[in-house]
Amino acid sequence: MDAGQLLASTIDGLIIGLVYGVAAMGLTLIFGVMNVINLAHGAIIMLGMFGVYLLFQTVGLNPYLAIILVAVAGLVAGLIMYVMAVHRVINAPPLSSLLSTFAVNMMIIGLATTAFSTTPRNVNYSLGTLEAGPVVITNSRFAASAAVILVTAGLYLFLYRTRPGKQIRAVANNRQAAELMGIPSTRVLAFSFGLGTMLAAVAGGLIATLFSFTVLSGSAYEVKSFVIVVLGGLGNPLGALIGGIILGIMEGIIPVFISVTWVTVIEFLLFVLILVVRPQGLLGARH
Amino acid sequence: MSTAEPGREENMPEGTAGPLLQVDCVTKNFRGLRALSNVSFDLMENRILGLIGPNGAGKTTLFDVINGVYAPDAGQVLFKGEKISGRRTYHSARLGLARTHQVVRPLSELSVRENAIVGACFGRKNLRLKEAGPVADEVLEAVGLAPLAAKPAGALNVAQKKRLEMARALASQPYLLLLDEVLAGLNPTEMDAMLHTVRAIRDHGITIIMIEHVMRAIMSVSDHVVVLDHGEMIAQGSPREVAENTKVVEAYLGRPEDAERLQEEV
Amino acid sequence: MGRRLWHPGLYLPLAVVLALGLAPGVTGGQGLRESMFTILMSVGLASSLNILVGYTGYVSFGHIVFFGLGGYVGFYTMTQLGWPLPLAALVGGVTAGILAFILGRILLRLRGAYFALATLGILEAMRAFVTNFSPFGGSIGLSLNFSAYRAYGGANEALWLTYWILVGLVVLTVVVSYLVRKSKFGLGLMAIREDEHAAEIMGVRASRAKTWALVLSAVIPGVIGVLFFFKNGSIEPSDAFRLNQSIELLVMVMLGGQGTVLGPVLGAFGYQRLRGYLLTSALFSDIQLTIAGVLLLLIVLFIPAGAVGWLRRRIPRLKTVLE
Repeated sequence: MDAGQLLASTIDGLIIGLVYGVAAMGLTLIFGVMNVINLAHGAIIMLGMFGVYLLFQTVGLNPYLAIILVAVAGLVAGLIMYVMAVHRVINAPPLSSLLSTFAVNMMIIGLATTAFSTTPRNVNYSLGTLEAGPVVITNSRFAASAAVILVTAGLYLFLYRTRPGKQIRAVANNRQAAELMGIPSTRVLAFSFGLGTMLAAVAGGLIATLFSFTVLSGSAYEVKSFVIVVLGGLGNPLGALIGGIILGIMEGIIPVFISVTWVTVIEFLLFVLILVVRPQGLLGARH
Repeated sequence: MSTAEPGREENMPEGTAGPLLQVDCVTKNFRGLRALSNVSFDLMENRILGLIGPNGAGKTTLFDVINGVYAPDAGQVLFKGEKISGRRTYHSARLGLARTHQVVRPLSELSVRENAIVGACFGRKNLRLKEAGPVADEVLEAVGLAPLAAKPAGALNVAQKKRLEMARALASQPYLLLLDEVLAGLNPTEMDAMLHTVRAIRDHGITIIMIEHVMRAIMSVSDHVVVLDHGEMIAQGSPREVAENTKVVEAYLGRPEDAERLQEEV
Repeated sequence: MGRRLWHPGLYLPLAVVLALGLAPGVTGGQGLRESMFTILMSVGLASSLNILVGYTGYVSFGHIVFFGLGGYVGFYTMTQLGWPLPLAALVGGVTAGILAFILGRILLRLRGAYFALATLGILEAMRAFVTNFSPFGGSIGLSLNFSAYRAYGGANEALWLTYWILVGLVVLTVVVSYLVRKSKFGLGLMAIREDEHAAEIMGVRASRAKTWALVLSAVIPGVIGVLFFFKNGSIEPSDAFRLNQSIELLVMVMLGGQGTVLGPVLGAFGYQRLRGYLLTSALFSDIQLTIAGVLLLLIVLFIPAGAVGWLRRRIPRLKTVLE
């Protein structure tokens, strides 16, 4: 095991972790604002992947531009999903929203499997590579990192500098108080949900530029998102990003030392450990 | 005005004339906010103790410390000579301590009768399901909820839920009953009826601590009054003594004119 | 205790289970036996999950972990140690119970979504662990030598034996579910479900009650796991710890009516029938997942109390019969 390999693995893990982080940000945002765990998270990621793929394959659109379209589609999808499946059960016991979002998950995956079947897909768009000594990184990874940083910055600007963003934070903090102050909570909740799914879709699009995928790939990223969200603190978007980086680096480094199959075990034990010992996550829950 | 000496330990075998409840220099902080500060008093059996004070004085927190929701940061609470502070809430229920809440907490999907049965089963006498039935029925009859026994608790209106809260507490056959603002939201007639019920409970042998804001009511029904302000006990004594205490008046009202009105009410 | 069994609320679920269970005995058909096995297995798993989710109000995504672990341990004792099926089944159940006890101590302090996520983590961790665990065959798993069935008089006899043990087990499960619901223990659980804080103030020993609810809910899947994988002839991590299966159980519980005895029975039956129909129907098999999703959504949105819950509310007089 040499330092160069270790460095390469760390950087690679860091970059991929950033992408994981964006996905997790979407999940944690929704939870932070309305206390709902979106079990269709993985399906939306998958739709993001396919969105970019299709736009690239059929229209030849540059994947990075496609991601922008996919983001908008993700937002709209989230709005629709909120109205359809979440609004009615927003005040019901948690099992209801868990099952309703899972139902949507089933619906999406069912339709997608029929439309796309389970063959693996690939977005063959290469940007070349960068070499720095022992470290070789594809430029698409850089592009993905840049996109993540842009998106995160954009999200925080939105949440802290714009009026709708502040409304979202108000509703997340105390929905009843926000309503008393005249904030249209239903609209805010729907929009927040859409933001969450938008982030998931963007993550999916970015993943499509990095790896191959199938209709069923979404669920693996969903489970990773859960782990990250808990690591970073439920409801804390920045925490999700950092949690993603930690997870990505872990996934990059651990296989250098022990068999790669143990990575999952460690991930999940860490997950449970944090839930039990420090449920607010490493960075503290909520905004 | 504290009458308890810190560190006094006396074993009270059942039936002797020692205090039922001893609150000993209880202090409780929440992240830098001092909610309770050196609160001490004794409560003898078969009395009604009125616990009053302005909003935020720490009254409900004191209840929480007494029945085990929070452990005090300093001091202790003795119930029939046994230390209960720092132990889990179910422990105090088993010893004979019951409590109602300011914001009612009904077991909504269970019926009114089932709610009362829970109180009876898991209370002081730890009854079996079969034995708990008659106790529950009796208690529901006493508070006037018997006609609604089969209804889900969630379907009751607020006044009925308050009565259910009380019935549940009574069903556990406690020695000590902590009532948190049972009069809130009642009209004068309902209030008189409730006070009548409270006195009847005391006459049955149950000791009561009542948190209340309605001055007239609490002064008329209490044997003894404790006043909290900003977590400190600023006065205790008979209702009259407390009403004439200038510190109390200032804490509550801040103006001597209102003080006169208070004294007239008593 | 004898008198308590004579209650109409038990008759209906028991009747359904017995009707389903005895049907293959009447016709002697293997096909029917196989479908009934699947249905009854789901009834048992859903009813046991109901104790945790329906009675106590703790939603678990990881219930299948007991099925899988019990199955593995039982399978191991049969293939590596040569133990007979009934003993292996018992060991599977006990192992699941022990795991539940340990997990209960650690996880039951969590509430709501945190608890649900933690159970998810445990299921995934267990799957990942078993994939690495060579005594259990790692990612390939274990398989049964066909000759193992000879000890029971041949494959056919072995399958019938397994079936009848399952029937007995599911009957027992329904009875236990009913007894819990009608007992002081069950009342304590339901009080916890409604308001854990208030329940504790009333004297319910919440942590103890929850732990025993979890253990009780775990033992049955443990035994069922052994039966299933014995019949299956092999066991591997991806089969034993399927998250989707865990979630399907939640669907069954909700569909039929959580917190009732009859609910999970009807829910499991209804769900499996629907699934079977969708899988075999030429029109729907491709989008069976989608249809199931649509149905689930409609139920969650409009009939959250499930079939039995809805009936109980609509026709209160049926309450004593529909427990």
